[in-house]
Amino acid sequence: MSELEEPARRHRKVGTPSPTPSAVDTQTEEEASSVEAAERQSLDPPDKKHAQNAERLVAALFLLAFVAGCGFIAAYVGLEVGSSATPAGANVVDAVFRSNLALGLSLAVALLALGTGSMIWVRHLTPDIEIEEERHELRSSPADRAAFQHEFAEGAAITQVTKRPLLRRTLLIAGAPLALAPLVLLRDLGPLPGTSLRHTVWRKGLRAVTLGGLNPLRPGDFQPGSMITVIPEGFQDNDDALAKAGVILIKFEPGQLNFPDRYQGSTLVASMNWTIDNTIVAYSKICTHVGCPVALYEETTHHILCPCHQSTFDATNGAWVIFGPAARPLPQLPLMLDSDGYLAAASDFTQPVGPSFWERG
Amino acid sequence: MSSIIARRRHPAAGYAAVAGGLVVVGVLYSTLSGGGASAAAPAQAQTQIAQGKSLFEDSCSSCHGLDAQGTSQAPSLVGAGAAAVYFQMSTGRMPAKELGAENDRKPTDFTTQQIYAIAAYVASLGGGPAIPSAAQVSTAGADTALGDELFSTNCAQCHGFAGAGGALTYGKTAPALDASTPTQIYTAMLTGPEAMPVFGDGTVTPAQKRDIIAYIIDTRNEPNPGGLSLGRTGTVTEGLVAWLGGLGFLVLIAMWLTAKRRHRPGSESQK
Amino acid sequence: MSEDAVKIPQALGGVGGWFDDRFHGARGLRVLMRKVFPDHWSFMLGEIALWSFVILLLTGTYLAMFFVPSTNQVIYHGSYVKLDGIRMSEAYQSTLNISFDIRGGLLIRQIHHWAADLFMVAIMAHMLRVFFTGAYRKPREVNWLIGIVLFTLGMLEGLFGYSLPDDQLSGAGLRIFEGVLQGIPIVGTYLAFFLFGGAFPGNSIVPRMYIIHVLLIPGLILALITAHLFIMFHQKHTQMPQYGNTERNVAGQPFWPYFMLKGQAWFFFIFGCLVVLSTFAQINPIWLYGPYTPLAISSASQPDWYMGILEGSLRIMPSWEINFLGHTLTMSVLIPFVLPLGIIFTGAALWPFFEQWATGDKREHHINDRPRNAPVRTGTGVAAICFYGVLWAEGANDVLADKLDVPLYTITWIARIAIFVVPIGAYFVTKRICLGLQKHDSSMLTHGVEIGIIRQLPDGAFVEEERPLTEVERAKIDSKKVPLALPGPGEPDENGVPAPGSRGVMGWARGVANRAFTETVAVPDGHGNGHGHEAIEGEGEHAAVGAGDSGEGGEHGAGDH
Repeated sequence: MSELEEPARRHRKVGTPSPTPSAVDTQTEEEASSVEAAERQSLDPPDKKHAQNAERLVAALFLLAFVAGCGFIAAYVGLEVGSSATPAGANVVDAVFRSNLALGLSLAVALLALGTGSMIWVRHLTPDIEIEEERHELRSSPADRAAFQHEFAEGAAITQVTKRPLLRRTLLIAGAPLALAPLVLLRDLGPLPGTSLRHTVWRKGLRAVTLGGLNPLRPGDFQPGSMITVIPEGFQDNDDALAKAGVILIKFEPGQLNFPDRYQGSTLVASMNWTIDNTIVAYSKICTHVGCPVALYEETTHHILCPCHQSTFDATNGAWVIFGPAARPLPQLPLMLDSDGYLAAASDFTQPVGPSFWERG
Repeated sequence: MSSIIARRRHPAAGYAAVAGGLVVVGVLYSTLSGGGASAAAPAQAQTQIAQGKSLFEDSCSSCHGLDAQGTSQAPSLVGAGAAAVYFQMSTGRMPAKELGAENDRKPTDFTTQQIYAIAAYVASLGGGPAIPSAAQVSTAGADTALGDELFSTNCAQCHGFAGAGGALTYGKTAPALDASTPTQIYTAMLTGPEAMPVFGDGTVTPAQKRDIIAYIIDTRNEPNPGGLSLGRTGTVTEGLVAWLGGLGFLVLIAMWLTAKRRHRPGSESQK
Repeated sequence: MSEDAVKIPQALGGVGGWFDDRFHGARGLRVLMRKVFPDHWSFMLGEIALWSFVILLLTGTYLAMFFVPSTNQVIYHGSYVKLDGIRMSEAYQSTLNISFDIRGGLLIRQIHHWAADLFMVAIMAHMLRVFFTGAYRKPREVNWLIGIVLFTLGMLEGLFGYSLPDDQLSGAGLRIFEGVLQGIPIVGTYLAFFLFGGAFPGNSIVPRMYIIHVLLIPGLILALITAHLFIMFHQKHTQMPQYGNTERNVAGQPFWPYFMLKGQAWFFFIFGCLVVLSTFAQINPIWLYGPYTPLAISSASQPDWYMGILEGSLRIMPSWEINFLGHTLTMSVLIPFVLPLGIIFTGAALWPFFEQWATGDKREHHINDRPRNAPVRTGTGVAAICFYGVLWAEGANDVLADKLDVPLYTITWIARIAIFVVPIGAYFVTKRICLGLQKHDSSMLTHGVEIGIIRQLPDGAFVEEERPLTEVERAKIDSKKVPLALPGPGEPDENGVPAPGSRGVMGWARGVANRAFTETVAVPDGHGNGHGHEAIEGEGEHAAVGAGDSGEGGEHGAGDH
């Protein structure tokens, strides 16, 4: 049965027993025309009174949508935001709050009224007509399939490609570099990493200044329990440098900070000699897990906690990992006091900072 | 008296007896115990430090030692300074009700004058950071943009980007900043209470502290132009609202949209 | 035919004729008008995604008029005075402008972001509905795969979208993204440097994400949605197992005008819901996060909800790194990055084919399964939800620790155990529940439905009266189809030859899977158990709903049972 024949009209709620199939299958002419007449009648909703009430309700909702829509335009025109809305001293946030509320409320009312009206329209103003379609076979008929195969094979034979291996193979060879060309073009997306991941901008004598305030620091500026974020002097506007060079300085009571020299291979990577007076230590602020700023310092437990994935480092023990996914301690920055007595780096980090990578070693 | 005895079997008699007993006990207790405020009585004759000392002995020495030298239960307060006392007591964290547990903000039983007295006493024992003056915590003319930068770098990792608080390890939390006064914020930075690090005036200058305070005050007073703030904790609450509010509402509408239509009596029976 | 039910205005008819003269549309449009869309509320979930996507396109176009995709640094002097004087990128500044200086800008921004969240919610809900009703089975496997690709694209699109404003929160997310890329063996550092145009953060990532977000991925999504809808249209929608629904029909209301009216109503409701959210629930308040700086971070830093599983995977993982020969393999990062989502997406993609292999069922299916009638599928789906859910919750572990007063590490430890225990337990519990519900169904077939009237028998016993099932109720229960029990591993057929598919390790595995799939509760009168239905390919009868007789697949008519 093709889709275009008149589908069987069931005139029933889904879920109720259908009329006996014979009634539809064996219609006579007279029955057909009377069914037609009945069908024409049934294009209207069944209960006229109810439909009228529904129409009024839908109309009211649509009118509400109209009013709300006008309200939206009025709110847009009438409520200012930005600098023009705020005489000196007034808060632009208040103006935006009012505007957002007015615009949003009016738009929401308009849309929901339209939606509710449409819903009531379709549910109460239409007859409950149901139809049925037959699913057609998705698979092509064997004849169609065979014909397709035959014609495809014919076309393939015409191209001679099956009979001429030289043609075939040289076509493939010709295509190979062109297929690679788009990938080749991607090379200049960025520089090669080279050794840049192994170094930061810290150098011997480069002063540490507080982030934000840009104050250099002397040991006397710290109290036991202090923690502060510092950056290399002069690099405050260089985000690429800061993303690797951020450092946290922590001051302890004498005796609290205590860890042995640690080596990675033959490279010294942590040492009490890199602290100031065995009380002020500098660790990289870039977490060795995936690079978040590892910024929480708990003074009571001496733990440095990264808020992203809860990698936890023991600050008294060379930032040794004690919980969480980080696999390596935070690199320690060797510290010294420069000629004016300010804290400065004694050298760059002796290992790459930040997340691990394949070539790290 | 006989009228009372006559009513002894009244249904409400038991309740009346309990209520009366409570009243009697309460009156006796408040008369005899004297409470924390009774120390105000002889204050006029004492200096602030002396007043502070006697308050200290009443309320603090049982844990901190008679000379504030510390015991196994609480640290020494020598050198802690007036600022530390002010912060801990004005936020109600001290006197601590439980030992060892993290102390949360609670209403304090002490008046400001009493807190200043105890602070003066503790300061007299070993110095330490002083309570800032009103001018030092004033936010007039502060640079909130710098405050934002400093707050993001030094404070947000514990207290949240908008000061809504956050979790630390082992059950500790960094509290929300919605109730702290400027002086409390200042003294907290200065003294680094409990797990909070110390942000002394050498590392965060007094002017920078004012900027941070201005940022905090501005942020918490700022309305939320986009609607309800959902806690200012970020995307977790947003996702919850999308699933429950968004999908939940729409599923209900979908059920309405596809519900079987009721057929009204008297309509053409569509069978 | 008779005259038209409504007089078509001449102008409309004229235009229609003009187009038909050129495009031959009458027949095709008639097919469209008559198309039947079965009605069930759960069929509307995919449309939520569709309309959300349309709203994303509209609001996104508006935002693109104002957004500046550049990380050039500027000093802010705009109307949000709290940040006056601060250094920020132009991208962030333009987002502040949209929020505070453009009327309706904040509303449109919030609608865009809520629509993105709702888009992903709807995709997931729709995907779960399709899974639990078995609507991915033949002939709809390709549509299922397209759906999985759409889900992945949606995740990427959202990730890049919320990272465009270059605020503190999304910048931290980008840092994590870069750190993860960096850890990929051999090519990781190159990938990271090529994507970011150098070291992190660089100046290229925002413009590149922008073009991927507004052009590349929307184009792909649009193309795939079109294919997805076309396939659904061509194959016709599935139906719920109800009286009157068979494998060969689609019953419901015609597209014109019912589905059009309902679709219109649905669009307004979805849009209205999004606007309500955007008016009353603040989302992504970037002015509170502040502009991105590489050394600041907030507590409770999570990505948008649909990336939460990756976040949780990173948090749940204990520390593990392998160092050898001058190279580092950072398992702490690689395992969370690859394994959980890999399991879920690969598992989902392969599931239709796995099910076909395990049940030997190669027939077309147009009638959905009730979840209880497919216990292995439902159990696996619930286990997958639990697996996803544990990781999703772990992604919010610091928020949970703060709000629920549970220590931080405890939550992680609970998650580390739960990730194994809960999905396995959930599978078994769900399977048993399904079988229990099947048992209840079969007892209803035998005994009928209780009607709430208690009668006392002469001997004093109390019984509840029952009535037999109506045709409608019976059809729903009878819709259960049990997969064919395949021959056991290595079992020879009547000629003494074991089936090729049943040999070896794969044969044993297939046997195990098949036995799990065919575990069922016997339906009374021998319906639907053991005999099963033959694996029929090509033209042949498709078993109808309620065809109680085995293997013959006749139409189930009224009074026929």
